[in-house]
Amino acid sequence: MYREQGGYAQLERAFKELTPKDVADICMGSNLRGRGGAGFPTGRKWSFLPNNGHPRYLVCNCDEAEPGTFKDHMLLEQTPHAIIEGILIGAYAVGCHHAFIYIRGEFKAGFAIFRAAVEAARAAGYVGKNLFGTGFDLELTVHRGAGAYICGEETGLLNSLEGKRGEPRLKPPFPAVKGLYGEPTVVNNVETLAYLPHILRNGAEWFAKVGPERSPGYKVVSISGHVKNPGNYEVPLGTTIRQLIWDCAGGLRDGRTLLGVQPGGGSSACLFEEHLDLPYDFESISKAGSMLGSGAMVVFDDTTNFVKAAHALIRFYAHESCGQCTPCREGGNWLEKTLVRILEGRGLHSDVDMLVSASHQLTGLNLCPLGDSIEPFLASVVKRFEAQFRAYIREPKAAPVAV
Amino acid sequence: MAIAPLPPRPAGERPDTRTAFSLNGADVAARADETILQVADRYGVAIPRLCYKDGYRPDGNCRACMVEIEGERVLAPACCRLPSAGMKVTSTSARAVKAQQMVLELLLSDMPEQSASPYKRESELDRWAAALDVRAPRFPQRHQPAPDLSHPAMSVNLDACIQCGRCVRACREEQVNDVIGYAWRGEHAKIVFDLDDPMAASTCVACGECVQACPTGALMPANNVGLIVPEKSVDSACPYCGVGCLLTYNVKDNQILSVDGRDGPSNASRLCVKGRFGFDYVHNPRRLTTPLIRRTGVAKTTGILDPDDLASAFREATWEEALDAAAAGLRGIRDTRGPSALAGFGSAKGSNEEAYLFQKLVRTGFGTNNVDHCTRLCHASSVAALLEDIGSGGVSNQVADVALADVAIVIGSNPTVNHPVAATFMKNAAKAGTKLIVMDPRRNELARHAAYFLQFRADTDVALLNAIMHTIVEEGLADEAFIRERTENYAALKMLVAEYSPEKIAPVTGIAAHTIREVARLYATSERSMIFWGMGVSQHVHGTDNARCLISLALLTGQIGRPGTGLHPLRGQNNVQGASDVGLIPMSFPDYARVDDPDVNQRFEALWETKLDSKPGLTVTEVMDAAHAGTLRGMYVMGENPAMSDPNVGHAREALALLDHLVVQDIFFTETAGYADVILPASAFPEKTGTFTNTDRRVQLGRQAIDPPGQARQDLWIIMELARRMGLDWNYAGPREVFAEIRRAAPSMAGITWERLEAEGSCTYPLEHEGDPGEPVIFVDSFPRPGGRALFAPAAFSDAAELPDERYPFIFTTGRQLEHWHTGSMTRRASVLDALEPEPTIVIHPDDLAAIGVAPGGTLTLESRRGTLTASARADRGMQRGTLFMAFAYNEAAANILTNDAIDPFGKIPEFKFCAVRLRAGGELVESRL
Ligand SMILES: Cc1cc2nc3c(=O)[nH]c(=O)nc-3n(C[C@H](O)[C@H](O)[C@H](O)COP(=O)(O)O)c2cc1C
Ligand code: SF4
Ligand code: SF4
Ligand code: SF4
Ligand code: FES
Repeated sequence: MYREQGGYAQLERAFKELTPKDVADICMGSNLRGRGGAGFPTGRKWSFLPNNGHPRYLVCNCDEAEPGTFKDHMLLEQTPHAIIEGILIGAYAVGCHHAFIYIRGEFKAGFAIFRAAVEAARAAGYVGKNLFGTGFDLELTVHRGAGAYICGEETGLLNSLEGKRGEPRLKPPFPAVKGLYGEPTVVNNVETLAYLPHILRNGAEWFAKVGPERSPGYKVVSISGHVKNPGNYEVPLGTTIRQLIWDCAGGLRDGRTLLGVQPGGGSSACLFEEHLDLPYDFESISKAGSMLGSGAMVVFDDTTNFVKAAHALIRFYAHESCGQCTPCREGGNWLEKTLVRILEGRGLHSDVDMLVSASHQLTGLNLCPLGDSIEPFLASVVKRFEAQFRAYIREPKAAPVAV
Repeated sequence: MAIAPLPPRPAGERPDTRTAFSLNGADVAARADETILQVADRYGVAIPRLCYKDGYRPDGNCRACMVEIEGERVLAPACCRLPSAGMKVTSTSARAVKAQQMVLELLLSDMPEQSASPYKRESELDRWAAALDVRAPRFPQRHQPAPDLSHPAMSVNLDACIQCGRCVRACREEQVNDVIGYAWRGEHAKIVFDLDDPMAASTCVACGECVQACPTGALMPANNVGLIVPEKSVDSACPYCGVGCLLTYNVKDNQILSVDGRDGPSNASRLCVKGRFGFDYVHNPRRLTTPLIRRTGVAKTTGILDPDDLASAFREATWEEALDAAAAGLRGIRDTRGPSALAGFGSAKGSNEEAYLFQKLVRTGFGTNNVDHCTRLCHASSVAALLEDIGSGGVSNQVADVALADVAIVIGSNPTVNHPVAATFMKNAAKAGTKLIVMDPRRNELARHAAYFLQFRADTDVALLNAIMHTIVEEGLADEAFIRERTENYAALKMLVAEYSPEKIAPVTGIAAHTIREVARLYATSERSMIFWGMGVSQHVHGTDNARCLISLALLTGQIGRPGTGLHPLRGQNNVQGASDVGLIPMSFPDYARVDDPDVNQRFEALWETKLDSKPGLTVTEVMDAAHAGTLRGMYVMGENPAMSDPNVGHAREALALLDHLVVQDIFFTETAGYADVILPASAFPEKTGTFTNTDRRVQLGRQAIDPPGQARQDLWIIMELARRMGLDWNYAGPREVFAEIRRAAPSMAGITWERLEAEGSCTYPLEHEGDPGEPVIFVDSFPRPGGRALFAPAAFSDAAELPDERYPFIFTTGRQLEHWHTGSMTRRASVLDALEPEPTIVIHPDDLAAIGVAPGGTLTLESRRGTLTASARADRGMQRGTLFMAFAYNEAAANILTNDAIDPFGKIPEFKFCAVRLRAGGELVESRL
């Protein structure tokens, strides 16, 4: 079925007609940026692999656990072969003979579907030894995680894949230099890799021309929250937030007004109605003080209790901290407790101030970005909806405390 | 903060290896691979750090060491960041200090009472918090875990844990015991023992490295000793094994409070359970504190005397009286029966100085070469082979060389138990890529780290090694040039090993032919291959042959004389190397000078200004036979316990009971002391100063930390007092003067000065001239034999002296266990060690146990042709079926009741590792007598 629609044709073409460098050049030319969260240009990432004769690995990151993100899940279940073809093309381009995919533990059905698809691909001669008679061997190992958000962070993922505790590694060295089993490794998101067959088929130009110059192409946006039609929508980057909410997701529920939008997953700062006409692309969103991240948009209408929303998110980060870094482990936990205290009516006005100042102090001190993900949403909503937070405080007099 | 001037560039460092950058505005330079934190430390700039520990891999997780680097968006952890040229680093900017304070405040908030650690003086967290003026934290405390006080040696109070992971690295990366892990996430993240077991129930081996690593006291020695302020800390060494770890005793009121690992060349601050927690035997109430004389008319029987009933057989005496009685008895025998009716057993636990004076007393005062010690029971065969084939009994390379080796064979040795800290270096090497080939009839912990584990049939070493050499010769892997230039007698070896094809030998050893071949290729073709062995090799009637094969293997492949290669028989006792070096053996004077060599004899007659016997004396086992025969009538035994350690110990006990006069000098009422006529209360290791030579040929200083109890006296004093009464006019003012004489007697140590030992703590010999660096690797270009050539001594396979048969179908082997030292005289009186391993066990394969219907822990009785004993069963799948193992530390079930006293013809070492026994369920357990 996938093949009838032209599937694996690009893989065959790559192996038969293109050199690995040709494929890498096409990717570089398309200006494809990573869809996993950091938005790093994929072609450049590949170019960091040292030419030291060591084995190289490509790892597809399908751990998708960022709050609000559900695009990889869908791709996994609905177009597994596109992912496989993307992985194989990527592996060919970087000279990798053993690729891996790390699938989130909870994706039980997706895992089964994907594994069956890999066996089908193997039977069809796309995985294994001497592909297309070129002498190029390429193995693909499917690994299922055990349920930890931190294993989506690329070095945590590599540790977990090696059978170690899933905790991020110190960087540098970056995975491109010292990754899986200490060898040069590329980690790419599912969606990133799934675009490769399309880019090969239609050419780098086709992709590069869509949307803004510095963040071009299409993107699957997972829209959830207070909208009529939550779901995944593939759009050209540069589509405005307003279009995404109203044209794609059917707009807000009747009679509601918008209070905020979290544009790029749990780690991104909240944006507000004044940002609705921003083009949804890496550059514009980060210029507005937030980030596009994995492309998970959560919409909040005027029924939202931001104290509860912030608490839910902070609880998640505190719980998912791998526990290495003091600021992330202790700080996250402290913020969670403070929010509980506020929600239970035992908070102080100084607590509200400290939510902002302390979360800011935690940021930039951690080993991986998880610890730095605590601040953005919390700080942005406390600043914007301070009244909602203060409303919980039963302390008799507001005693402003400088921290 | 003041910045110190640039320290002088170390010799040999090329200028381009330094990176110039600026730290807090001052110009500084980093050496290659130095982190910002290390540079700061060198320049005296204080940057807080908690998860960092010198010598450990920096993990960069506590984030207390954050510094600002100009041009970088976020702060960087100084402990794991390498500076680059021209970088501008600030540790004292407002932003950096705020970050550092934030981390300290967060951690402090979790401490018990949110304040200073209640478990440790000067917790590192408290020190840094004070330094950065961090006080009462703003944050609430997390949920606090309950204490785990299950372990006799250590308490676990994780309410003071800051999750720095130092203990995890200590356990997994330094000591490679893989017990402590970091588990769970977020608020629940915590260190765990195994699968979150109580410490005492886990696989913890109590090395205490984690305790030493913990910055806050969350892991501490038990009973809050960490809170007591010591009066003094004395740098010394460990009294137990030949690894020779250096340590520090923390002392108050003449009591040792605790022990810290010290950065010695053989231990890099590591210790094992014995060194760290096995010290309180010195304070045991059963210490001998008064001289004792046997009551007249109390007969010596072969039973073991009850220590509670001492008074029935002995009466207290003054030193004067006891020494007179001791000397009078010895003198009487010497003068009536002749010098050869006397013998002395010295101790490998004593210092070089004690051993030297002891053998000098026997040789010049008794007038005989009948002096020996437990080396006879441990590596005598190895030394015989080494002296014969390569001309020197010392190790060719030090343990640390394993890090340089590509391949290391470890055969007949269980180093994680018997040389625990040496084993840590082997495990480190294995993790870093050295391929270990572990060969042993019994599976040990090290096998887990091995590339090859060959569990061959007990006692088939010679067959196995010859088959390995066969492969090397047959496949053309021998180092022909080395053989040609540096060896002799190769043709004979070649002819012999031709008979030992792996295919033919496989059924003998139980190791597949292809495995033998792979191992042979691996050892022969690697750039650097090393061999370690233990008493599994030496304690056989053909122990010398076993060692000869190992030597031949190294010679055949040229794997000797370079770093990372060579031969290393792991020495047992802390000073077994030194005691032999200074002449505590019957065939040689100090430095292995043969007593029967006329030139040598003359040289020592001149040095000691007396006539000397030129006939080699009797060895340990021969002395016992001579006592039985009635030709030997009197003995002086210092710090040895033949009534427990000798093979067929019933025979040894009878011999001791037959003596006319026995003087025992010891710190406890040992099994041997029960046969004594006079008992002299001696000093324990921490009660005296002296030098000790470890397995690496390192001469190291042990310093006195406490005074002997009661009337117990230092051994040097006792030896000298006896010497005076034997007619010798000695006047050594202390160990230092004795050492000066040793330098004259032993040319290979001539260059070591006492001052240097005091300053450096450790010197490697050969060190012939003052100022020499010492030679860690020997045999670099020749062997100390005629012509400088090493000898191939081919050895044919032969059987053990007593093979299993229908009546005695099981193979019985003996050895040590981690917690107990030899006959247990010290360790069974050390509270922690005794608590960890309180009673004897018979180690047996679970299927053998099931076959006779006994559950693990049930009672078993063993019987050999020489005796019988009863103990509990311990199931161990590492055993081969049909083989049993026991440690020989327990007098209630003394393994040596069963062992065979057949000896190796060259080394005169008994066959502790092989005899035949039978087994039955049940029996009467005996109480221990300590
Ligand atoms: C805490 C954390 C969780 C992450 N989880 C995911 C994930 O589930 N999937 C993913 O593709 N990237 C995740 N990332 C990003 C990865 O580290 C990495 O940047 C990405 O896989 C690279 O792929 P790309 O270049 O194709 O975007 C996570 C990062 C962090 C810090
Ligand atoms: S920031 Fe948090 S999740 Fe990331 S490594 Fe540190 S503790 Fe772990
Ligand atoms: S127990 Fe001590 S060493 Fe281990 S993580 Fe806690 S504070 Fe660190
Ligand atoms: S390894 Fe040996 S020397 Fe070191 S602490 Fe243990 S017993 Fe003592
Ligand atoms: S000391 Fe640097 S992060 Fe802990």
